[in-house]
Amino acid sequence: MDKFWGMPDIASAHGAEIDQLIGYVHYLMFALFIFWGGFFILTLIKFRGSRPGPANYAGAKGKFSTYLEVVVAVIEAVLLIGFSIPLWAKRVNEFPTQDTNVVRLVAEQFAWNIHYPGPDGVFGKTSFELVNNETNPIGLDRDDPAAADDVTTINQLHLENDKPVIIHLSSKDVIHSFGIPEMRIKQDIIPGMSIPVWFTPITEGNYEIACAQLCGLGHYRMKGYVTVHDSAGYQAWLDEEAALLAEEEEGDDFWE
Amino acid sequence: MSQSDHHDEHANEHPKLGFWQAYVFSTDHKVIGIQYGLTALVFLFFGFCLMMLMRWQLAYPGQALPIFGSLFSDATMPGGVMLPEFYNSLGAMHGTIMVFLGVVPLAVGAFGNFVVPLQIGAPDMAFPKLNMASYWSFFAGGVVMLYSFMAPGGAANSGWTSYPPLSDIATAGQTYWLIGMIFLITSSLLGSVNFIVTIIQLRVEGLTYMRMPFFVWAQLVTAFLLLLAFPPLEAAGVMQLMDRLADTSFFLPTGLVVTGDALQVSGGGSPLLWQHLFWFLAHPEVYVLILPAMGIVAEIIANNSRKPLFGYKSAVYSLIFLGFMSFIVWAHHMFLTGMGTTISAFFQTTTMIISIPSVVILTVFFISLWGGRIRFNTCMLFALGFLPMFGIGGLTGLPLGLSAADIPLHDTYYVIGHFHYVVAPGTLLALFAGIYYWFPKATGRIMNEFWGKVHFWGSIVCMNMIFFPMLIQGLAGVSRRLYDGGASYEFAEPVLHYNAAMSHAAWLLAVFQLPFIINFFYSIWKGKQVDRNPWQSTTMEWEAPSPPPHGNFDTPPVAYRGPYEYSVPGAEKDYTPQCEAAEV
Repeated sequence: MDKFWGMPDIASAHGAEIDQLIGYVHYLMFALFIFWGGFFILTLIKFRGSRPGPANYAGAKGKFSTYLEVVVAVIEAVLLIGFSIPLWAKRVNEFPTQDTNVVRLVAEQFAWNIHYPGPDGVFGKTSFELVNNETNPIGLDRDDPAAADDVTTINQLHLENDKPVIIHLSSKDVIHSFGIPEMRIKQDIIPGMSIPVWFTPITEGNYEIACAQLCGLGHYRMKGYVTVHDSAGYQAWLDEEAALLAEEEEGDDFWE
Repeated sequence: MSQSDHHDEHANEHPKLGFWQAYVFSTDHKVIGIQYGLTALVFLFFGFCLMMLMRWQLAYPGQALPIFGSLFSDATMPGGVMLPEFYNSLGAMHGTIMVFLGVVPLAVGAFGNFVVPLQIGAPDMAFPKLNMASYWSFFAGGVVMLYSFMAPGGAANSGWTSYPPLSDIATAGQTYWLIGMIFLITSSLLGSVNFIVTIIQLRVEGLTYMRMPFFVWAQLVTAFLLLLAFPPLEAAGVMQLMDRLADTSFFLPTGLVVTGDALQVSGGGSPLLWQHLFWFLAHPEVYVLILPAMGIVAEIIANNSRKPLFGYKSAVYSLIFLGFMSFIVWAHHMFLTGMGTTISAFFQTTTMIISIPSVVILTVFFISLWGGRIRFNTCMLFALGFLPMFGIGGLTGLPLGLSAADIPLHDTYYVIGHFHYVVAPGTLLALFAGIYYWFPKATGRIMNEFWGKVHFWGSIVCMNMIFFPMLIQGLAGVSRRLYDGGASYEFAEPVLHYNAAMSHAAWLLAVFQLPFIINFFYSIWKGKQVDRNPWQSTTMEWEAPSPPPHGNFDTPPVAYRGPYEYSVPGAEKDYTPQCEAAEV
């Protein structure tokens, strides 16, 4: 049951658990709907107005409906306590601390800016006063030593397969929502806050980032791309970016 | 004015009113109820038209709308092709109009006003002038909302939820939206006070709380919800208005950069504050939409199954419990705003708990049918249709109410499908049922049964064809509020072919409303005349003449028994009205 009713293929480690919960809830829904639907149709036929005899003042007898309500409540409690709460805790409390990739994602109308810390693993400072939409969309302070090796991309997120990634989400302007359907990940991005999400990609390939929160007239085209590389491929991409950065800096030195 | 001692001239106690006082600035609850009803039906149709336009764009993104497209300005649909700004306006205004100008005024303003005083045997509402003020405040709100389409940049386009910062920086239409909302909220607050006082104070002799019809209970709980939930939104609306007009920063944090320019505001506010204030209203609002509908369904099911409601008391207690619980579930709309485990566990738990009383009420309706002699007339068909449709609406709320399951489903078409099942084939079917049921009371004439049934079957089939595919699209991950319906995304591709069929079903649904509209107006003047109790009903509104005169009853009724004494063993006829004196 790893693919419920037309849901996209799963590409993250926790996706199967989420789908399992969605599947169980839907089985409960189907069971209730079919049971009550059956009862409903049977009742309408059995007690149609054209049948002989008067209506029964006392109506249905027995406690069956009460038992059924208790059963439903118990199943809901199991889904809640046994599945949903622990799954949620794993997503928001149990962030991996070692052997992870960490990136920042800064959303804006209508693009996804992605900020990688570079080989030093430290993000350079950013400031909204330095933002320039053409040259510096996230307002990175290149005078900060930690920023020297930082890499930024637009609308293209690179991830490493089988390695947890933590993404710190923030927004420059309005509320956006970062969603990758195949990763079973979605998180609203609230201006003024930095909200982390984490997941582990388990399938190499290309995916799409979809904005899920109405963010203006370009909401529908606020699409980003995700590429999940194997470790070697990811390293090769990082090296390539570092080389590009070095070239740019040499260029800058020349003019200074 | 001549006073008369004769009961049959009771109505003459009231002075003859001129046209304006009798039909326009009336203080009579029945006239106000009908004013609310007609205005709300017009807005429902208008809101539906906005949706039909959007469905064209969703089915055929970027293509020119034939015929009607040329009626629109270049600022909305140049060459008949819809602009994304206009699509967003249509979406925001569809939601606003359907909820605040359509369903609530019809469910509470129209049915509540018309039926509640009659069902409790009162001559009018407790505060007739307040009642009139409530209607005209609602009307003003509606006019402001309509006028906002003329504003520079069009009507509000930040969704019916108006989340800041987007709404704070949106075009002028948003200001009109906020002002319109303040009128509408004022209207609801005035109305809710009136309902509470009327139901508590004006019940006739013998009508104890546990003898009140379920519909009156539903209106009482609804009135409390409106009274307690709307003030936070009114405050929030004023705060957002200040953000827009007086450069405050209630909802704007420091450091915003919009299209490359730093926003010149003081900052320090929080966008989440709005969401909390908004949903603190808007979740109880969901129950404002659904409880009166349940009340209508209860009346019609008891009447047409010819037997008492099974478990009336447990339904009433569930209703009250539902009312309380509806105030502590609001943040389940906000699971993905960065919520920790403890808070999300709290709101998931309350959400699961609130599903129980809803299940109890629905179970009461299902089991009430058992042992009946069911009459399948038009109003009963609509009431029966409500049950499975609201069932789907309620059940699809479960995966959304569990935060882990909500992750992939949040803000997708699954959510749209879920709440439309609750409100469209749910509440709207019940409201139609109420119209067919109480039409003879308001006019003295009955609506045509055959065309009523055509209206029912057409509507329920079309509604399912529109809303069920939304659940499938949502599971596939398609985001809501997309101007092209998701055509930009590859992962959406397998489920986008539904869009054309859904749109055709929406337009067909409009065709199936024509029999209703014609039937409605034809029956007002030409419908079959009936006596004051055509459905052989037990509740007190049927004791009054049809249409009831100013002051309602020939003589003040007295309640001798519960509301649904149908098929009492040993009784002569299969219904024993509430106010029929017991035989000695």
